Amino acid sequence: MTTQAMAEVGTAEPKRVKGTPKWGDLLLRIVAGLVLLYLFLPIFVIVLFSFNDPKGKFNYSWQGFTLKNWADPFKYEALTDALKLSLNVAAVSTLVAIVLGSLVAIALVRQRFRGQTAVDTFLVIPLTAPEVVMGAALLTLFLDFGWVAGYTTIVISHIAFEISFIAMTVRARMRGFDWTLEDASMDLGASPVRTFFKVTLPLIVPGIVAAGMLSFALSLDDFIITYFVSGSTVTYPLYVNAAVKAAVPPQINVLATAILVISLILLAVGTLYRRKRIEG
Amino acid sequence: MILPALVYLGIFFVVPFYSLARTSLSSSGGSVYLPTLEFNWDFANYLEAFSHYQDQIIRSFVYAITATVLCLLLAFPLAYVIAFKAGRYKNLILGLVILPFFVTFLIRTIAWKTILADDGWVVGALGSIGLLPSEGRLLSTSWAVIGGLTYNWIIFMILPLYVSLEKIDPRLIEASKDLYSTNRRSFTKVILPLSMPGVLAGSLLVFIPASGDFINADYLGSTQTTMIGNVIQKQFLVVKDYPAAAALSMVLMLIILVGVLLYTRALGTEDLV
Repeated sequence: MTTQAMAEVGTAEPKRVKGTPKWGDLLLRIVAGLVLLYLFLPIFVIVLFSFNDPKGKFNYSWQGFTLKNWADPFKYEALTDALKLSLNVAAVSTLVAIVLGSLVAIALVRQRFRGQTAVDTFLVIPLTAPEVVMGAALLTLFLDFGWVAGYTTIVISHIAFEISFIAMTVRARMRGFDWTLEDASMDLGASPVRTFFKVTLPLIVPGIVAAGMLSFALSLDDFIITYFVSGSTVTYPLYVNAAVKAAVPPQINVLATAILVISLILLAVGTLYRRKRIEG
Repeated sequence: MILPALVYLGIFFVVPFYSLARTSLSSSGGSVYLPTLEFNWDFANYLEAFSHYQDQIIRSFVYAITATVLCLLLAFPLAYVIAFKAGRYKNLILGLVILPFFVTFLIRTIAWKTILADDGWVVGALGSIGLLPSEGRLLSTSWAVIGGLTYNWIIFMILPLYVSLEKIDPRLIEASKDLYSTNRRSFTKVILPLSMPGVLAGSLLVFIPASGDFINADYLGSTQTTMIGNVIQKQFLVVKDYPAAAALSMVLMLIILVGVLLYTRALGTEDLV
């Protein structure tokens, strides 16, 4: 569903439809523009408030412009530690989920076996369970096992919801591939190992990288499931949630803006790189 | 090749649901300091879940359905423009649509708290043109919660809608026009039916997480707007009444499952995945 949507995003070609009346067209464009503006409204607020100089504990109302938050983004050690932990969890869980998820995706695309539909359905189900229920279920499991909630239980839970996302995304990307290229490579005398590294791997790597990025982002952003299985361990979203109850430092906005800018740069570099490869 | 993932999901997805179901049918015993759970087919937890929290259950689904409809109404024009009108700016606009979602969901919701605040400019502006009574507020209302739910999951409506609209061959629309169809008729008879897979996928992807959410109700709402997610979270993590919380989770899951089945049956799409 989404994974497929995300996988297919970017392979678009312009299409035109003739004969729409001008004013209706204009209205449509204005509505779309307003919706886009609506999507960005909170983002403007977040960036703006990273320059705020709050008087109290909460960074909710505008008090005055300052650069001091940006001068000292890592002022709150607990916030920095939480962010580091989240990056760690996202990296570790994504690596494991990539291996498990990609293997399933490759098997589903390339082999015909009994129970394929069953495996398919089984992979989709975790995507349809509401997070609060999945978090609750994992918590009861860890209670039953007598495991102490913490780093390990967080990583285990993240892998559990990432596998399906990765399997679906990789599979959506691989569906249209021409696997006879492998036969061609072998016919031309390449060994199976050489074929794997020179033909198969370059074909599937872009899909796996895209899936990995999606999974990394999902893990970094996950609050609800993590909230249930974290014990006293504090990830980045959990820190933010605790801050809402106690005190919201503007450094939260600074780091959020920084993450946004870094993602933007990565996105731009990725697009340029892809364009260059296609053109040149 | 598929075995490792299936084993993993078996242990950390299927077994947890077994644990959850088992917990929901247990009763608590022991002392306050050393609580124990005993499995004894205790269906009373379910009765309690319904009788105590029916308000929250109903509210959750009303909010989630409203948010899903709002998402659809807002996402459709945008997805349509990206698919048919954006020309060479298509990828740029798609990038822009995805960009806000690189900021943590919680921080986006906090930003809405600022925007809707009682002394914020939105309340001020609405008040001065008379759309909001002088003591009226936006924060802590049902609409603030629904607005937050809509905002946080609209991306999951825009992307599937875009994909299904993008797949429509523009020649079909031209053909309908050549056959003297009006714009409205081309829309209702060609574009809308062909975008149904996107509508279906999008509404499920919005409705399911929205109905179980507790962050929006927590940050943007009040005690009058608590959803079932808030109750589950509180019972599990604060009150630690595990059987009651597990029973509520099972109820949420079952209602969603039945709803999704009826909905997919009604819209009739085979290729969901």
